[in-house]
Amino acid sequence: MAQAIAFYFIAACILGFAVLVISTKDTVHSVLFLVLDFLFVAALYVLLGAQFVAAIQVLVYAGGIVVLYLFVVMLVNLKRPPEAHQDPRRRTMLGFLLAAAVLVELGAIAVYGYGQPAPIVAPAAAMPVTGNTEQVGWLLYTSYLIPFEIASMLLLVAMIGAIVLAKREL
Amino acid sequence: MIVLNATLVAVTYMVLLERKVIAWAQSRLGPMRVGPYGILQPVADAVKLMIKEDITPVRADPWVFTAAPIISMVPALIVYAVIPFGPEVRLFGRQVTLYITDINVGLLYIVSVASVGVYGIILAGYASNSKYPLLASLRASAQLISYEVAVTLTLVSVIMMAGSLSMVSIVRAQQSTHLWYAFVQPVAFLIFFIGGLAETNRAPFDLPEAEQELTGGFHTEYSGMRFALFFLAEYANMIVVSSVATTLFLGGWLRPFPNVAFLGFLDVVPAWTWFLIKSFVFLYIFIWVRATLPRYRYDQLMRLGWKVLIPLAIANLVVTGIVKVLMV
Repeated sequence: MAQAIAFYFIAACILGFAVLVISTKDTVHSVLFLVLDFLFVAALYVLLGAQFVAAIQVLVYAGGIVVLYLFVVMLVNLKRPPEAHQDPRRRTMLGFLLAAAVLVELGAIAVYGYGQPAPIVAPAAAMPVTGNTEQVGWLLYTSYLIPFEIASMLLLVAMIGAIVLAKREL
Repeated sequence: MIVLNATLVAVTYMVLLERKVIAWAQSRLGPMRVGPYGILQPVADAVKLMIKEDITPVRADPWVFTAAPIISMVPALIVYAVIPFGPEVRLFGRQVTLYITDINVGLLYIVSVASVGVYGIILAGYASNSKYPLLASLRASAQLISYEVAVTLTLVSVIMMAGSLSMVSIVRAQQSTHLWYAFVQPVAFLIFFIGGLAETNRAPFDLPEAEQELTGGFHTEYSGMRFALFFLAEYANMIVVSSVATTLFLGGWLRPFPNVAFLGFLDVVPAWTWFLIKSFVFLYIFIWVRATLPRYRYDQLMRLGWKVLIPLAIANLVVTGIVKVLMV
């Protein structure tokens, strides 16, 4: 019961801050609401018993990436009022279409999900290690080794790409 | 609650200690008027700061301006939740643990909370809407982000040694290896110490507060209690860094030579005293360094961080890994 209340409270906060992120005029305020949003997502992870993921969420997203966002926002001066759209009606139409598409997709997933029985979660007893961090590490280096390595390759490529773009002469 | 209050009192007395030690280093007396040898000076300071007028500049962003000191203070305080001051003790016939909680991801928690603390500084500079604070806050946050990398990498090598992220387990691991990690990981210890100085914006890395260039730093526009909050946060962060260093590298609450039997009489002293003594030595070194060393130039600071400390930390990590594999 308490968990349900906590979940709905956190979920409401996440949605509320997400709306504020896109609706505030001041860019810095918008970035700050994004931080709050990330912090509440971390709270959601804690609620699910995934402390490791929560700590990483705060460290990487709230503490790392958004600080860079803030830097960029402060360096490029966004104080001047936004220019008017050239054709506001067409963009609104496109937005509504996309939103409707996403809504249909979500609805389809929900309907499909209710029809199917819940997938059987791999029993945690199969893992030789206990503790949150150890289990995440174990899974990453056994069942999910290939995706993990591909993800790290992707990051490496992005890093090299950024260096090449930033430095014209190597 | 007790930890919180103790921290705040410790912070105010840190300020007095710093003024005294620097005065002695410069052959002065330091605060002498309030109480014998000035020991009531923190009380006087606190009262003064609380009754001072609290000014919000006209051009400032009022919400962010108010939130910034709070944002920098809160992370500095909630870190104490995972710092172990001592093992379980019997107090009035009850088993009491001298740490608030021992979560599985303790060290990661500290790093992530500390990374949120950067916002206080950035936002203070931004919200003041004035050029010097903005420059100072950009400097401060660039510095924090750069040195965070090196510090976190040294923490990883400690985690590899201990095999756990929990602060209590790290102390126990040092007991079982018979050595403080400062001796096993001297390079990591050094990098952590330098990084700690930089992350708390202390001399010789106090570029964000360089008076000659920036009139006072990111808190130039702040007054009264809000200014005091920034000040408290800086000193609370110093205490955090020394506590973490004590826990990770100096064996936490363990007495010197924890496994040598004939020094057993040292167990009469409660374990938390050792923790306090070790942390105090750290804090003293912080002040000592400030009184001794001149300030770095900004490009020197960045070069030291990126070109010396980070490669050194990565090399240390690799060597730790190889040695660990070879020894098992």
